[in-house]
Amino acid sequence: MKLPPVDYEAPRTVSEAVDLLAEHQDEASVLAGGQSLIPLLALRLAQPALLIDINGVQELSGVSVTGGWVTIGAMTREYVAEESGTIAGAVPLLAAALPLIGHEAIRSRGTVGGSLAHADPAAELPAVARALDAEFVVRGPSGERVVPAAEWFEGYLTTSRQPDELLTEVRFPAAGPGTGVSFQEIARRHGDFAMVGLATSVTLSDGVISDARLAFAGVSDVPARATGAEELLAGERPSAELFDQAARRAAGDLDPPSDLHGSAEYRKKVAAALVRRGLREAVDNAQAVDNAQEGQ
Amino acid sequence: MTEVDITLTVNGATRTGSPEARKTLADFLRDDLSLTGTHLGCEHGVCGACTVIVDGRAVRSCLMLAVQAAGSEVTTIEGLAVNGAGEEGGELGTLQQAMWDSHSFQCGFCTPGMVMQAAAFLSDHPDADEQQIREALSGNICRCTGYQSIIDGVLLAAERYHGR
Repeated sequence: MKLPPVDYEAPRTVSEAVDLLAEHQDEASVLAGGQSLIPLLALRLAQPALLIDINGVQELSGVSVTGGWVTIGAMTREYVAEESGTIAGAVPLLAAALPLIGHEAIRSRGTVGGSLAHADPAAELPAVARALDAEFVVRGPSGERVVPAAEWFEGYLTTSRQPDELLTEVRFPAAGPGTGVSFQEIARRHGDFAMVGLATSVTLSDGVISDARLAFAGVSDVPARATGAEELLAGERPSAELFDQAARRAAGDLDPPSDLHGSAEYRKKVAAALVRRGLREAVDNAQAVDNAQEGQ
Repeated sequence: MTEVDITLTVNGATRTGSPEARKTLADFLRDDLSLTGTHLGCEHGVCGACTVIVDGRAVRSCLMLAVQAAGSEVTTIEGLAVNGAGEEGGELGTLQQAMWDSHSFQCGFCTPGMVMQAAAFLSDHPDADEQQIREALSGNICRCTGYQSIIDGVLLAAERYHGR
């Protein structure tokens, strides 16, 4: 359970890191917070020749707001994001999900970009990124490109990042007026990966759902949008019956895995329950936001 | 294989070393600095036994490389005693004494991780209630106690901090 022998480089800038990636390609692993990569090394599930430690790359950390988007540097630690007033105000769905990641000591080291580049389909942040259509900025030898969340997650622990590319930042759209959110998950123990998780964002305009976004964690090899349920909700007035229809539709569209934590059938039942809870909480929040704005 | 020269502060003292890049902070503390109070249970970030405090935050020392601790301030279980530690004598700190008084532990394997996690949490959340303490310690596994005595000890420590 000791880590295998490995070479080590600690670049100080993004361009140094990108040069190292260009030279070593998939022989190298990028070490961010290390809360997933180091266990993979210990268990010999990953055996890179070189670790490129980006913890010393200052330009990769930070949270900023530009033109309706909140940009989070890939090395921004999860506890820093959790304590960020900017994120709490502008991306409440992300703020709701962050405290559910692992445990306090994991969030001390774990990073927003690391979780999204690791792309565990049961993790919280991939579901949030997928729900909100976040954008991923990667830099490689030929420059920068922006990848939408729908094209980022390709499979289990697999993204569309190329071996010579570094994830530098992730952009989340700021929540618009009348938007309420909820992050729901069922796990065996507090801090465990979710058997099923659900990121929900609902926008109300004049009492009608103008935008509904539902993204599941833990039900497939990628975070999965419930597009059927989203279409069913759009343009409708929120009600318990509507939430129930959406829950049945979302669960019916799923083909979740069976494993020792739960059967496929059980996961579908949990998914339906989470859709009802998530919609109820998100709509309550949206109405509260709406009332507060009207009261001003 | 790469060896890296590092300098860091451990329990208030400046320490240097040349660990291999692959060496975890936990192994560096135990093998290179002979600070064997930090325990290793699972060695892949599940059990919490190796928790130490790095720059004021609880971290799992099996999930951090020693080279990454260069320039950091690390506190281990040996650093919680007051008026000197180990062979220099010293007395238990407030949290340690409260856990002793509450019979918090049995076999003692999880003890250093539990205590360091609780120490980091109480310093940030001195008014924590029982539920918050349970959540804060939820990443630390104990196979003996059933946790109640551990929670009691942390709550007692919180009371004593306030009593000061």
